[in-house]
Amino acid sequence: MKKFLSLGLVRGLFWQMLGTAVGIGFVTGVRWLMKLEAWKAEPAVVFGALIGALFFLYGVGAVDGWLKWAAGEETPEHVDESGLGWRRYFGTSLDHKVIGIQYLVFSLILMSVGGSFALIFRTELAETQMQFLSLNRYNTFMSLHGIVMIVSILLGIAAFMNYLVPLMIGANDMAFPRLNAFSFWIAVPAGIILLSSLFLGGFDTGWTGYPPLSARAPLGMQMFFLGVSLAGFSSIFGGLNVIATVIRMRATGMAAFRMPIFVWAALATSLISLTATQLIGLSFQMVMLQRLFGLGFFDPSKGGNPVLFQHLFWFYSHPAVYVFVLPGLGLISELLPVFARKPLFGYRWVAMSSLAIALVGFLVWAHHMFTSGMAEYLRVPFMYSTLLVAVPTGVKFFSWVATVWRGKISFETPMLFVLAGVIVFLLGGLSGPPNATVSTDLHLHDTYYIVGHFHDTMYGGYIFPFFAAIYYWFPKMTGRRADEKLGKLSFWLIAPSFTVMSLLMMRIGLLGMRRRIADYDPALGFQPFHLMMTVCAFLTAIGVLVSFINFIYSIKKGKSATGNLWNSRSPEWQVPSPMPAHNYDRPFEVVGEPYDYGLPGSRYVKFAGDKE
Amino acid sequence: MKHIPIVALIILLGTLGVHTGLTSIGLLPVQASLQAVEVDRLLNVHLWLISFLFSLIVGILLYSLVVFRRRKGETGDGAHIEGNNTLEVFWTMIPLFAVIFLAYIGAASLGETRRIDPTALQVRVIAGQWYWRYQYPEYGISTSDLVLPIGRQVDLQMTSNDVIHSFWVPEFRLKQDLVPGQTTELRITPSLIGEYKVRCAELCGTSHAYMEGLVSVVSQEDFDAWVQTQQQSGEIDPVLRGQQLVAQFGCGACHSIDGTEKTGPTWQGLFGSQVPLTDGSTILADREYLVSSIVNPNLHIVDGYSPNVMPSFAEILDQTEVESIAAYIETLK
Repeated sequence: MKKFLSLGLVRGLFWQMLGTAVGIGFVTGVRWLMKLEAWKAEPAVVFGALIGALFFLYGVGAVDGWLKWAAGEETPEHVDESGLGWRRYFGTSLDHKVIGIQYLVFSLILMSVGGSFALIFRTELAETQMQFLSLNRYNTFMSLHGIVMIVSILLGIAAFMNYLVPLMIGANDMAFPRLNAFSFWIAVPAGIILLSSLFLGGFDTGWTGYPPLSARAPLGMQMFFLGVSLAGFSSIFGGLNVIATVIRMRATGMAAFRMPIFVWAALATSLISLTATQLIGLSFQMVMLQRLFGLGFFDPSKGGNPVLFQHLFWFYSHPAVYVFVLPGLGLISELLPVFARKPLFGYRWVAMSSLAIALVGFLVWAHHMFTSGMAEYLRVPFMYSTLLVAVPTGVKFFSWVATVWRGKISFETPMLFVLAGVIVFLLGGLSGPPNATVSTDLHLHDTYYIVGHFHDTMYGGYIFPFFAAIYYWFPKMTGRRADEKLGKLSFWLIAPSFTVMSLLMMRIGLLGMRRRIADYDPALGFQPFHLMMTVCAFLTAIGVLVSFINFIYSIKKGKSATGNLWNSRSPEWQVPSPMPAHNYDRPFEVVGEPYDYGLPGSRYVKFAGDKE
Repeated sequence: MKHIPIVALIILLGTLGVHTGLTSIGLLPVQASLQAVEVDRLLNVHLWLISFLFSLIVGILLYSLVVFRRRKGETGDGAHIEGNNTLEVFWTMIPLFAVIFLAYIGAASLGETRRIDPTALQVRVIAGQWYWRYQYPEYGISTSDLVLPIGRQVDLQMTSNDVIHSFWVPEFRLKQDLVPGQTTELRITPSLIGEYKVRCAELCGTSHAYMEGLVSVVSQEDFDAWVQTQQQSGEIDPVLRGQQLVAQFGCGACHSIDGTEKTGPTWQGLFGSQVPLTDGSTILADREYLVSSIVNPNLHIVDGYSPNVMPSFAEILDQTEVESIAAYIETLK
């Protein structure tokens, strides 16, 4: 019991409850002193949630190092956590591998929560008419599915960037370990606040939260805004850390064009999250202020403009989709050469295409607004810039097929997920241009076609590569291999059923199925399609569950795998698994190209003291 | 290099197969406007590109997975090919040209769908949670169904009364948001007689799914006849007219007629009573008060209720309509 109470997470949650109570009490007290009606839920709960999050960070110990510095105390460079065992995963750790796994587990938890929300409203959609959900509940689940999945994805990419980037470039940790721990831990109260909206009236706006609707939604709306704003700090600080680490801490000889390709992807994605995330925070906080203090930013009766919100919102939220997919595409480029036993075709082009996508991604936001009523002439330049994204994306696809061409391809579980990623992302990519040309988009906008399109890009660009990466680096994290049979079973459950579901979404979208509706007109004849999609959704969920069972089982019972299981050239596989506490006991030097598979006698890295 | 001709054949057959498959299953609802023809034409160009690119990538990929798979007992690596800059330049330039081509025909297609006919029928569209409403200024009528004559362009001037909505008739293809505080425009030339539904496409709150309305495309004669009946019904009893308007605009969501407490004050027994206001004074609920409460709701706030909740209907209802609603309220004893 004492051990349990000393866990950082438990202390953090206790402090969060305390902080929330203090915040609510403070606002109520001030109102009472000002002789206003003492209890007003919205300001009290918002302020309480904010203070609760800050108290959590103190309670969990995420600011201990900085407080000590402020008090003039020294902190050790390396903290020895080896005596803590599994308990170090439940408190503030400064080890990037521990933080990476913390991110990974939290991401999987949120993925289960967000996925369950989807199953709930997907079941409701299997029949026309409302079955068991109220309209407001439906909208709340639908909205939370979106934002919880987005936060889960942000945590998932942070997991692999944290775990892999230092290992791949030969650093012993991230550039700013305390900031790194802070970035992770702020996501925890953010997630709690986000989910609390479910119990505070929910919200009916979707994850986009467009005013004026969001200015009138229930109190849950504010928890959504606050949760996302806090989670944004995680992205911003995480991005900063990755950029500093990649620029400053590479091993000797690792020139920019000798970095593993995933590091390029992490860099490109971090540049976006460092510079764009502020805009979604800003747009959400403006609506919060509109609701709390009556500032009329988006209220036409006070001279505000609702369309302005959409510009601010999409200025982040479009580049954000590249934040989600660039690391996944990097993982595909990273793993294909290993399983095809061939160099990555056109390494430099692939690396540059990530940066090109990140750059062009900043100039396309208003393609989400072709029907919004913004200045009409703006639609044309945004159509041009959007179509341009196809060029660097095309380079990636061509390079991937050229990589497998004349390879010696084997089909272990990670490779299966990678290949599904390529094909599903292709479906997502090819369904994109009809949304880019304005006149066709005027039909497709806000329909299930869009829903199918972006689920394909998210599964192809994130979910499949993410599962590939878990199966691939599982031995590195645990010293054991995840079970192949269960892995393949999981794959064959997820990939076909998901693909069918997304194609059906596009099909009924073209025929007139709108997005975000709790019920649909039976006259349209969509009911059989919806039933099929619901079945597919459940098969996908069972597949994910099989993988979860596999991971839990294999941590303890999996086949021991301490060596270079995949016969990879990457430095982290040249040392035994699981990874030692401070990474490489002997520093390495880069002496060759990263992906020279098939070139006899070549190697990528040479460890100090190795024989020639 | 016996691989190349086989792959080329797979890609060719794949392209034709995918395109035939996609177009034969009936991808779209019927075309009921001239603009739909333009949209569908551009979509067909996209379908060809999609069929080709899908077959290209998946064709090569699947071929490689089968032919270049690792056989049982085989060890060693694949061919050591690092890349080929000529190829890279080639497959950067070809998509670039395809993109420029799409950009050109995309802009041309947008221009066609936005072509303006100066003789277009003017209709003002007002949306709110959760209703559609139309005014025909040429004929002085306002309705809750949209009736359009075939073959004549209609110029929809649209605004919203509360949150953002979006006007979409799938058979017409085009879609345009309705934004509070501004007027947006959508031009459609109906080309097929029939009954369709406008479906709100922008999430507008809990009952978004049910925000649908009837859209009829009729012959010119039927349209003229319909206009005439509508004009006559405008002369009906103002109390009845008021009751219709109240139902159309969903006033009952906030105002009860039986004394039930809702977001706004009840209408029961309102007329002729002394209404207490937030500033401590009272006001007599006469016709003038009722009218001013509809067109300028923030002028007098009833004690116990909040300002800025009810939108103004000054832009949405004309003078007779406001008077009709007031006349209806006066009957609620």
